Amino acid sequence: MSSIKVKIKEKDLNTIKEICKSFDNKPGELINVLHKTQEKFGYLPAEVQEIVAKELNMSVAKVYGVVTFYSFFTMTPKGKFPISICTGTACYVRGADNVLQEFKRQLEIEVGETTDDGKFSLSCLRCVGACGLAPVVLVGDKTYGRVSPEGVKEILEEYKEI
Amino acid sequence: MTKYKTHLLVCGGTGCRASASDDIVENLKQELENKGLQDEVQVVMTGCFGFCEKGPIVKVSPDNTFYTQVKPEDVTEIIEEHIIKGRQVTRLLYKDPKKKETVADSKHMDFYKKQIRIALRNCGFIDPENLDEYIARDGYMALGKCLSEMSPKDVVDQIKESGLRGRGGGGFPTGLKWEIAAKNEADQKYVVCNADEGDPGAFMDRSILEGDPHAVLEAMAICAYSMGATKGLIYIRAEYPLAIKRLIIAIDQAREYGLLGKEILGTDFEFDIELRYGAGAFVCGEETSLIHSMEGLRGEPTIKPPYPAEKGYLGKPTNVNNVETYANIPIIINKGANWFNKIGTEKAKGTKVFALAGKINNVGLIEVPMGTTLREVIFEIGGGIKDGKKFKAVQTGGPSGGCLTEKHLDTPIDFDNLIAVGSMMGSGGMIVMDEDDCMVSMAKFYLEFTVEESCGKCSPCRIGNKRLHEVLEKITGGKGEMEDIQRLRNMSNVIKDTSLCGLGQTSPNPILSTLDNFYDEYLDHINDKKCHAGQCKDLMTYFVIEENCVGCTACARVCPVGAIAGEKKQSHFIDPSICIKCGACEERCKFDAIIVK
Repeated sequence: MSSIKVKIKEKDLNTIKEICKSFDNKPGELINVLHKTQEKFGYLPAEVQEIVAKELNMSVAKVYGVVTFYSFFTMTPKGKFPISICTGTACYVRGADNVLQEFKRQLEIEVGETTDDGKFSLSCLRCVGACGLAPVVLVGDKTYGRVSPEGVKEILEEYKEI
Repeated sequence: MTKYKTHLLVCGGTGCRASASDDIVENLKQELENKGLQDEVQVVMTGCFGFCEKGPIVKVSPDNTFYTQVKPEDVTEIIEEHIIKGRQVTRLLYKDPKKKETVADSKHMDFYKKQIRIALRNCGFIDPENLDEYIARDGYMALGKCLSEMSPKDVVDQIKESGLRGRGGGGFPTGLKWEIAAKNEADQKYVVCNADEGDPGAFMDRSILEGDPHAVLEAMAICAYSMGATKGLIYIRAEYPLAIKRLIIAIDQAREYGLLGKEILGTDFEFDIELRYGAGAFVCGEETSLIHSMEGLRGEPTIKPPYPAEKGYLGKPTNVNNVETYANIPIIINKGANWFNKIGTEKAKGTKVFALAGKINNVGLIEVPMGTTLREVIFEIGGGIKDGKKFKAVQTGGPSGGCLTEKHLDTPIDFDNLIAVGSMMGSGGMIVMDEDDCMVSMAKFYLEFTVEESCGKCSPCRIGNKRLHEVLEKITGGKGEMEDIQRLRNMSNVIKDTSLCGLGQTSPNPILSTLDNFYDEYLDHINDKKCHAGQCKDLMTYFVIEENCVGCTACARVCPVGAIAGEKKQSHFIDPSICIKCGACEERCKFDAIIVK
């Protein structure tokens, strides 16, 4: 498992247990449990998956299988400001790829990675449905529409000082 | 209850909210309060109006004035001029690009003229977070009619007679599906709504859920009554937070009003709905995958039969329909099957919602009767191609569909016609492309998507699509050979014939349809190593035209890799070995001195 080794604190352990309990520890609720857990911790490292598996009484392999199957779940922590570039067809046709390349170049990271200072992470997503604003970039919850490669620097500047 | 004279309807769809429609609502309310008008004018945040290109939209009711591209700072003017003085704010009205006149009323806009709104009937009219507004527009009347006047069989018969076919892509007759689910006896049955809209560039289901969530709940209850189910599940993408929020509100309100739960409308009919969240897997749009995902497993498909109607969620009979299909149900029950089946073509009844996007003037959500031609959709409703460029192709059906050209423009849109010309209806994404789009790259784009989204269970899809993608990489990278075309065709046919589910069975379509319709473009890439659309970077070189270059150094300054050299006031040149072909210099040059070949 290519994830960062983390030590789970007592408090976090209880949080995970509580989440599992709120779904009656049913194996069928695995995806809902993972959603809630990722919401709390920002990502799902192997150690967290082990606890979930134990609580829901299923194998770690099964949990890992589900985590890696769905693109929404991640095993690496996201940056303070997660950047998502829409690579849906409408955005692609209107030049999303050039925008993506520019983000990669400016941040010096690849898709799925986080900058060394933990500030920015880069991911692609498929269609946020704001096709009228294509190409679209999300930073956290904020949506930027009609982004051009030249506009990338400006967007990053906004977050540099925070 | 306050009786408002005027309503200000503000679009609360995802697109408009991204352009600050929340702030517009906030400012409107504040300004109305400042003027003491809060009891006369009501501000309502509605679902999507569809005209996303010109968003955010503010519509004034009852006079139907349609303001476009409104900014939060325009609010004072709208209140002072329109509401108080009764004068329209002309600068915010829609300007017809052809006639160069302003159009105040949406009914007279080309974008809306040819549309018939059935599934979207309430989007942009009602506050989706208020059940009373849905009821005021005949909401839950159909459910009442079913429970009090119709037997479950009557309901199935009505839907069968209406000719409604599944709007998620397959086009399977909905009434028939319900009938099979009704006939299978079991102690527990399930009604499922597929809201896992994974098609990139398609957002109709999301807009319906955001704009009219109760229509889907009501339809699911009707379906449950017809087949004898008591539990409903909505499988929705986690990427749709607003739709999720509105569904949760709607379900709570419906329970509170006794429209969900036990003894619905005073009868012994019982039905309740829960949400299940997707987690980003395109294949989960396939119904068996979706069911596995709802069970907490990897969303991998299984062979049909058994169909979900026999053995579905937790092994029980399950009916799965898509959001738009459900949205049609209440109105069919209310107005009757014979009203519905008069709309559309012989084999496809009713309307279809399309998400129109790409290089088109009016990006947005539209609903047209089946049988409308592609030309009407693109050139009349869509307002033609952006920046006066030439139409090249339209892609329908997403990653499972194909690219259609000029010669298909007069094809009336329905399930069978689109399949006959090598594409498909799909869930309703429609992406328009112009002369600057390379069709080989387009096919590659879709294959990239399929490779990423293939679940990996069956080898034709897992391995085959990867190989197809590699061949396309080779061609767009300038290393293609003529044998590659035959390779593409052979592999495509094998993958289509042998894949387990719909994803693999249709994934080669973008390649096959571009090979059929844009064969010359493949030849250009392979034989001449040229991409005339200028998209395949490996086949392009940037040049400075010496006579045009004045040596302003703008290009050298903008070049991210320092590939441009030259003295001030002297002609510059680009070192092709360093150039990454980003095109920044070409865009920056004011003297047309940089060209790409």
